[in-house]
Amino acid sequence: MSPTDLAFQEQQAAGRRHRVVNDFSIQVATVNGSGSQTANLVLLRSILLMGVPVSGKNMFPSNIAGLPTWYTIRASKRGYVGRKKEVDFLVAMNPETAKEDVLTLDPGAAVVYDETLKLNALRSDLTFYPAPFDKLVTPVCPDAKLRRLVRNMIYDGILARLLGIDLSLMDKALNKQLGKKGRAVALNSAALKAGWDYAEANLPKQDPYYLEPMNETAGKILIEGNTAAAIGCMMAGVTVVAWYPITPSSSLCESLIGYMKKYRIEKETGKATFAIVQAEDEIASLGMVIGASWAGARAMTATAGPGISLMSEFAGLAYYAESPAVIFDVQRVGPSTGLPTRTAQGDLLTTAFLSHGDTKHIMIIPHSVEECYTMAQDAFDLAEHFQTPVFVMMDLDLGMNNWMSDGFKYPDKPINRGKVLTDETLKKIGEWGRYKDVDGDGIAYRTIPGDGMPAYFARGSGHNARGQYSERPDDYVENMDRLARKFETARAHVPKPVIDRQANAKIGFIGYGTSHYAIEESRDQLREEMKVETSYFRLRAYPFTDELAAFIDAHERLYVIEQNRDAQALQLMKLDLTPERVSKLRSVLHYNGLPIDARSISDDVLAQEGYEVAKKNVRAGSSAGMTGGE
Amino acid sequence: MAVRVNRIGLEPQVYKGGKTTLCAGCGHNAISERIIDAFYDMGVDPRRVIKLSGIGCSSKSPAYFLGGSHGFNAVHGRMPSVGTGAMLANKKLIAIGVSGDGDTGAIGIGQFVHLMRRNLPIIYIIEDNGCYGLTKGQFSPTADLGSKLKTGVVNDLPPIDTCALAIELGATFVARSFSGDKKQLLALLKAALAHRGTVMLDVISPCVTFNDHEGSTKSYAYVKEHDDPLEEVSFVPFFEEITVDYDPGSTQEVRMHDGSRLLLKKLEEAYDPTDKITAMKRLQETARRGEFATGLIYIEPDRDDFLEQLNLSDEPLATLPLEKIRPGREALDEIMESLR
Repeated sequence: MSPTDLAFQEQQAAGRRHRVVNDFSIQVATVNGSGSQTANLVLLRSILLMGVPVSGKNMFPSNIAGLPTWYTIRASKRGYVGRKKEVDFLVAMNPETAKEDVLTLDPGAAVVYDETLKLNALRSDLTFYPAPFDKLVTPVCPDAKLRRLVRNMIYDGILARLLGIDLSLMDKALNKQLGKKGRAVALNSAALKAGWDYAEANLPKQDPYYLEPMNETAGKILIEGNTAAAIGCMMAGVTVVAWYPITPSSSLCESLIGYMKKYRIEKETGKATFAIVQAEDEIASLGMVIGASWAGARAMTATAGPGISLMSEFAGLAYYAESPAVIFDVQRVGPSTGLPTRTAQGDLLTTAFLSHGDTKHIMIIPHSVEECYTMAQDAFDLAEHFQTPVFVMMDLDLGMNNWMSDGFKYPDKPINRGKVLTDETLKKIGEWGRYKDVDGDGIAYRTIPGDGMPAYFARGSGHNARGQYSERPDDYVENMDRLARKFETARAHVPKPVIDRQANAKIGFIGYGTSHYAIEESRDQLREEMKVETSYFRLRAYPFTDELAAFIDAHERLYVIEQNRDAQALQLMKLDLTPERVSKLRSVLHYNGLPIDARSISDDVLAQEGYEVAKKNVRAGSSAGMTGGE
Repeated sequence: MAVRVNRIGLEPQVYKGGKTTLCAGCGHNAISERIIDAFYDMGVDPRRVIKLSGIGCSSKSPAYFLGGSHGFNAVHGRMPSVGTGAMLANKKLIAIGVSGDGDTGAIGIGQFVHLMRRNLPIIYIIEDNGCYGLTKGQFSPTADLGSKLKTGVVNDLPPIDTCALAIELGATFVARSFSGDKKQLLALLKAALAHRGTVMLDVISPCVTFNDHEGSTKSYAYVKEHDDPLEEVSFVPFFEEITVDYDPGSTQEVRMHDGSRLLLKKLEEAYDPTDKITAMKRLQETARRGEFATGLIYIEPDRDDFLEQLNLSDEPLATLPLEKIRPGREALDEIMESLR
């Protein structure tokens, strides 16, 4: 017996003494197209129903069927919902990846697997739970064609038994997931039971991971960011939607279609109070949005990086002709086609200045499903108030994964349609010019086709304050300066940052979007493990607000934490900030396609802070466990 | 002397636009004049009209007619999407888009194709001169095989026949005319205003500066000589009685959706513009002879347009009040409950 085995035995013994309760992650490795999504969501929801804070992340291939996919569920009594780097409990269902999945586990992890894969031979420092999935599924599912789908529910049953999830909660979650499909519910329920019974009879508990009921999830909803944004759009009164399917944004428009058909049909007439058009491409999508906004609709589109690139020319037109437009960018990994099903925050720089010439755009950045909902509403108000495109910068992690959230609040204010010329205003201002800055805020009054007010000719070519074609140098400069003034005005109207100032902190974190969860957890790690206090500035919009400079001034060193290679938000800050402030900025970057995790941030920051101990946290390579197991 | 007014009491002056900046003698100016005449004669309220265009000489022209109408000069080749969005927002608007042969046939062919498929209510005019005027005379995709540039360069690629393409794609009103044929163009434009759905009107409009020379197949002289009218087109709007006698044996009547009538007088051979196969065949035949078939090429007066297919509310989407576009609290509660 090797020393590692001894160490493992000690660890095992310790594990039996030390129960790890409500603080671990489960990874399910399957083949995409095998129906594992139902099993994974049932598992996720049953943990939620236990009152334990939980999050689920799907790491899937750009493929319809047959390639590996991993679903990670994290239970966290402290409410951490960011990705946990380490997998504590593996369900290995995919023969293609099973070996590598097992080899990369940390010592002490547990593995449920199909016994035919013989994974227990690979390592001796893990807990293995083999199960004969095919044998178990046959009696519960006589129809051979359905077995492949029902088979996955067996691991839910096994996990329920091993982790301590009440089977009735799993059944409840199953009913929620499959709804009225009675036969499917019965089949899957039988599979759950078969898994449970097998585990009870054959798999004595050997790992330290347990779930125990808590009371932290009462009233919580489980929702994807794309769905949340869609509900926000509907409540914002969107009337025209033009879109082109692209991962990871498609489900935003698809769930919007579902909700609009249910809630936005006139009762009296059965007619639609909206138009949703699947356009021929992203270019046409934005063209339709611009045309619709110009003619008075609240219009939006949703896309991802490649669509943003295509929309470049139209974005410039909307900026210069001053048409509202709401564009959701559910960011994925670029450049080019990149990794279409992986997450990133890589479109900030290109979107900020999307299009040629001196063009700049408002971006707002939600970090939660709740903000997807509220910022969708903000986006329409901002777009109409400023008569310009507004980009809602989501990402795949937020858009396509399930997040726990409080229920959304009904909007408490009417919508803001911006400066639309009325007879009254016309009397007040005397002479109207489409691009005349009568209020000094850079925002001019617009008229809308068909409203009977004076007409104008919107154009992307040079124009004067009255909207007439002009190539005069002074007209051009006056107009461009007014547009710059308008952008300055926006600073005071975009969502403000959320700031957590710690009085004694020398270090400030600056982050945005889904990095939030890893940042919060990393701050706890730094405080608890290293006694390092940090403040935190969660950026929510571009242009930056005045609070940014003040936050930088209050700290010695600032870490701008982002999920891209080129420190894109930091680059944007450099354009606004004085050299003294810029010199205080450092970067923490994460761009491997997986959601950022707390440990990576903590290690990176500690290394940059000059701590030797950073090495302690570097995970031992899994191969060490391998060789030791000879 | 009383000022001349149309049926809604507006003077001709109201239908005019800014002073043209196109070349003297440009066919596009003649088309603008016919648009002014047609909208005046039909008594269209300019405040309900939207003018749309892409980029190029043709796309400048909406500034030169209907000065009291809103307009949007979009980006190159992408006017159809902007027009589509505007019509979705307000289905009570009347849309007229002006494009060119480059704006449509080259950079804009994608959006053109999908506009035709959707049957959006819009009058889509191609001011077709076979060349890029604004960039000084390069060939466009409608230039005929063998046509010659001023510099002597010969076009060796086949042309796109926008009318044949539009019919193939499902357009419901396809016509071709010549900027120099006032009578035919005016009748077609009026009929276009009476049509429900997309009107695709290709108007050969010679470029006097870059494409009006010997060897060009889009010169005034060439077009006049090779114009092959399919029929003699007369338009009788719904608000007028037929005053002329016509022989039903030699004249086909097409009833428009709004009650207007198109009278198509037979020329040498009978032609039925409601038959798609006949239309495609005739376009091929005239093209083979190096001629232009002009007049109403194809019409399908009764197909639902895009907005009808979308089952839009009677009130335009743009002006729906908040209570119509924001569901109530109970809706949000129901959604939240479904997610618990």
